[in-house]
Amino acid sequence: MTYLFAAYSIIWLLIGGYILVLGKRQKQAVNEVKFLQELHKN
Amino acid sequence: MKHDNGLVSLPEPGMLHRALLLLAVPMVLVSLYLVFIWSPVERQMGVVQKIFYFHVGSAWNAFLAFFVVMVFSILFLITRKRIYDMIAGVSAEIGVIFTAIVLTTGPIWARSAWNTWWTWEPRLTTTLILFFMYIAYIMVRSLDMEWQKKGRLSAVLGIVGALNVPIVYMSIRWWESNLHPVVMGEGADGAGGGMEPSMFFTLMFTVFTLTLVYIVLMQSGVYIEKLRLHAKKLKAKQQEKMTG
Repeated sequence: MTYLFAAYSIIWLLIGGYILVLGKRQKQAVNEVKFLQELHKN
Repeated sequence: MKHDNGLVSLPEPGMLHRALLLLAVPMVLVSLYLVFIWSPVERQMGVVQKIFYFHVGSAWNAFLAFFVVMVFSILFLITRKRIYDMIAGVSAEIGVIFTAIVLTTGPIWARSAWNTWWTWEPRLTTTLILFFMYIAYIMVRSLDMEWQKKGRLSAVLGIVGALNVPIVYMSIRWWESNLHPVVMGEGADGAGGGMEPSMFFTLMFTVFTLTLVYIVLMQSGVYIEKLRLHAKKLKAKQQEKMTG
């Protein structure tokens, strides 16, 4: 049971961690685009 | 996206992306239900066998991801279109995540089944090589150089790495490993390896669900890459404005 718990914890940590990384990257990219668009408009 | 070469408006994720994301969440929950509650406990290995469903599903998706890398790397080398390079890069990253799952859940299962965490058995060894090849691929992509040159270099590496996929798959047949079980194509019906039908259904459902997760992650990754490219174009435009 411990092995099963460890395996599924790792699976969700890796997938969840990657989703978090993607979310962070998206937030950064959106902020950067918005900032540059403001500069571009002015 | 109509004014000023599309630089004013922010690219938006498509409807299909949202729909697949909404579909993926309940499918993951159903997969977990099938794995932990619906499918029977294997007699010899006990509950540890339930690692197998996500282990095999992740392996399948890692192979799919690296196949996509190969296809889009070839397309990039032929057409030199940046979108193909982006798709290959994102797919390689997801492939590495799935391979990491395979390489961590495998030894946990091995500890229970073979009484050892690791053995230099053909499939384990070739999977580890595949993992390192794509780590190298990601490292090349993060180098600071002209994108066309980096694209060409990583495309070649991506194609060479993908050539290892059939070796990983066939390794247990070619080198006749007694440890790693042949899951597919060895049963009486030529599929399922003589597995209990409910176990086979759970496996297929999990593989399908993880494929959907792969597609959703791909769409997100490509969308982020498009946003980054959009930011680069805006930066270039801004610099032009300041110098001109």
